[in-house]
Amino acid sequence: MAFYVVQFLTGLASAASLFLVASGLSIIFGVTRIVNFAHGAFYMIGAYIAFTLTERFSGAFGFWGGVLAAALAVALIGVLVEMVLLRRIYHAPELFQLLGTFGLTLMVEDLVVLIWGPDDLVGRRAPGFKGAVDFFGQNIPSYDLFLIALGPVVLGILWLLFQRTRWGVLVRAATQDRDMVAALGVNQKWLFTSVFAVGVFLAALGGALQIPRDAVHHAMDLRIIVEVFVVVVIGGLGSIVGAFVAAVLVSELNAFGILIFPKISIILVFLVMAVVLIVRPWGLFGKPEAAARKTPGLTVNPWRPLTSNERLASLAAFVVAAMLPLFAGNYALTVGSEIAIFVIFAVSLHFLMSVGGLASFGHAAYFGLGAYGVAFLAKMAGLPMIVCLLLGPLLGCMGAAIFGFFAVQLSGVYFAMLTLAFAQIVWSIAFQWVSVTGGDNGILGVWPASWAASPSHFYWLALGVAALVTIALRIAVFSPFGYALRATRDSLLRSEAVGIDAKRVQWTAFVIAGTTAGIGGALFAYLKGSVFPDNLGISLSVDALVMVLLGGVETVSGAVIGAIVYKALNIWLVSQTDLSKLVLGGFIVLIVVVFPKGIVGMLEMLAQRRRKSSPPGSSLLAKPIESAE
Amino acid sequence: MSLAPPLLAVEGLTKSYGGIHAVRGVSFSLRAGEILALIGPNGAGKSTCFDMLNGQNRPDSGHVRLLGEETTGKKPRDIWRMGVGRTFQITATFATMTVRENVQVALISHGKQLFNLWGSAPDVDRGEAGRLLELVGMGGYADRPCGELAYGDLKRLELAVALANDPKLLLMDEPTAGMAPRERVELMRLTAQIAKEKSIGVLFTEHDMDVVFEHADRIIVLNRGTLIAEGSPAEVRGNPQVQAVYLGEGLLYEGGHREGASA
Repeated sequence: MAFYVVQFLTGLASAASLFLVASGLSIIFGVTRIVNFAHGAFYMIGAYIAFTLTERFSGAFGFWGGVLAAALAVALIGVLVEMVLLRRIYHAPELFQLLGTFGLTLMVEDLVVLIWGPDDLVGRRAPGFKGAVDFFGQNIPSYDLFLIALGPVVLGILWLLFQRTRWGVLVRAATQDRDMVAALGVNQKWLFTSVFAVGVFLAALGGALQIPRDAVHHAMDLRIIVEVFVVVVIGGLGSIVGAFVAAVLVSELNAFGILIFPKISIILVFLVMAVVLIVRPWGLFGKPEAAARKTPGLTVNPWRPLTSNERLASLAAFVVAAMLPLFAGNYALTVGSEIAIFVIFAVSLHFLMSVGGLASFGHAAYFGLGAYGVAFLAKMAGLPMIVCLLLGPLLGCMGAAIFGFFAVQLSGVYFAMLTLAFAQIVWSIAFQWVSVTGGDNGILGVWPASWAASPSHFYWLALGVAALVTIALRIAVFSPFGYALRATRDSLLRSEAVGIDAKRVQWTAFVIAGTTAGIGGALFAYLKGSVFPDNLGISLSVDALVMVLLGGVETVSGAVIGAIVYKALNIWLVSQTDLSKLVLGGFIVLIVVVFPKGIVGMLEMLAQRRRKSSPPGSSLLAKPIESAE
Repeated sequence: MSLAPPLLAVEGLTKSYGGIHAVRGVSFSLRAGEILALIGPNGAGKSTCFDMLNGQNRPDSGHVRLLGEETTGKKPRDIWRMGVGRTFQITATFATMTVRENVQVALISHGKQLFNLWGSAPDVDRGEAGRLLELVGMGGYADRPCGELAYGDLKRLELAVALANDPKLLLMDEPTAGMAPRERVELMRLTAQIAKEKSIGVLFTEHDMDVVFEHADRIIVLNRGTLIAEGSPAEVRGNPQVQAVYLGEGLLYEGGHREGASA
């Protein structure tokens, strides 16, 4: 019995940090509508700076002062980030901020290694809380008891801050309707900056307070950010109390999951999140989100099929790509195959995200399912490659059909989070069901048949499939179904009023995207000769998002360009420098700030500008526009 | 009078929220080709009534029948398939698509081509889309991005979209809200003309009494959820109960003289 109580208390202690970080994320999202991917990075920097300060300055003052100073310093960094980066992208297309903050996260990961080295750092114990308390023969670190008390205290302080101060009232008002707050003459800029600073402060404090419990290391950002997303979604975006309750819930699930369901402990949390999202899409304590007002003046260029000249150019590009084996070596061809596969992956997400307006944060699940499908068929059933390639993606298709059915009931951030949860569930199954999937060791020896074994042959195969998939999806974009899908994205109200069953259309799109991703995964399994849980992990899902956003989410061909540029740059950087993440992150941030419409979006803009400066353009533009009011 | 059921028959429509009776026992009917205005002061239950007709809201009791067929409890998209087009108080269009594409989406849906993945959508019913746009005077705007349109043009586009399924009935929620006076007259004249030509029944709610009295064949008046008057514009104008309801708003004609006009 005592053991379970101690386990419960350990869970509560972990909840404190999680709550601090999650409340920060929640506040920032509530006001700025930015899903701050860099929140985990701020948490990590908080821990690192606190480590340095508490090592440098001794005594109780040195420790507690160091923790507080670290949090304040990181808050200052947060202010800088907000002013330099985020202020420029508040009006960028939805989710573009996510790309920017993701770029930051990449940079921070390399920067901390550069400054503090790659090894785990073990911080010193908290003065005054060094011992343990005896509880019926079980030891509880007294620092854990301190953290357990800290959680509710912080909750109380935040409550007072939001209920009793003018600033808090403004923040709550802005969470409900920021346009109205701006219309009432509140300086929105500084409100946003201060909110961001408070949120980052909380994240950094959460990180700093972890050092007596956990070693500080350079991958702690990704681990916490996923958990924090889960907490915030379960609790309800924008709700502090919700964040607290959910932090406790998630921590206890983690603490007891290991004891009760060791086999599915990792899934448990995501399973709970998926159930919460399906039953109460806006979280336990959240409120249904009022539809954000559309930013006026943000018109998108209407999409059109390629002109015959553009088709010729694409064909020429394809022919050039197909001639690569004539002059490139094996390494280049393998890289080329990988890029072609990622083009498939990116265009599949593009179809869902740009055409359907459904940004999946877990698209790698279907890529990975395709890969595992091939591995199962090839290793267990011993089927020939062609059959595996044709049937393997069906596993992705099935996964997409099941998860997609639930996911399309939601939209926006909640859709993103549910897809993330599903992907994590699939990942956990691959990771923990060792007898079937091989767990962390994966499934090895998935080699292509002899006709596709040589790098050049495999490259042609990958390139050919990529071209076919891209063309097929492009046809789909301009098919009646594509129009219907775009219609559901633009206005659910109007689509419903012209007889469109929006959920069914979106579900179909989800299945198409999942199956296509599965095709990419199937090829990937043969390219690598093996399949690992990483093939359906979060970082791969994020890669796909970045590729689409980088190319330009509002364009049709952006995904192809985005995939090529991102993947090529990624592979090249890894081979050239140890600081590949820093460079890549910096590049992403630069793109976000300078070309918020993505690479292809920027090219289109340039082309348009040139067209406009040449003699009077289309007669339509010359027509006077009658205005209503 | 024939025994055929009327185009739209509403019987004893009732809806309450908590203890508030938003709509109580409202009954009326509408013939093909007739233009019927539903008016009433703010909070009279017009929107609730309207939402129950188009499937957005389910009545507590009562029936709505289209040519004798029950529509209560059906989803908006199914009611559309029965031949009911609609426009919204605040326009709802597909902002990233061109004007023509907006109409084409409705035509694609009407032709049950929604799940056709191979056809070329730009060519689907291109001619028909063009004709509908010409009909509402938007022929020259077909290739414009919908997001660029002025508000009055959006309203006309909505009308074209609403006409795409060859509707028997048009439901228009405050069709002229937010438009300049000249545009209001134009849009309603156009609507009336199309309704007469194609023998479409039109039900609209409206705050602008100029529009109502000039274009409606018949008017029904709601107040506090119940129907208080029904009749021709002249009859309704002369109805003392209606005048009492509107007194103070200064929107009604008195003996042909305008007391005041809304902006």
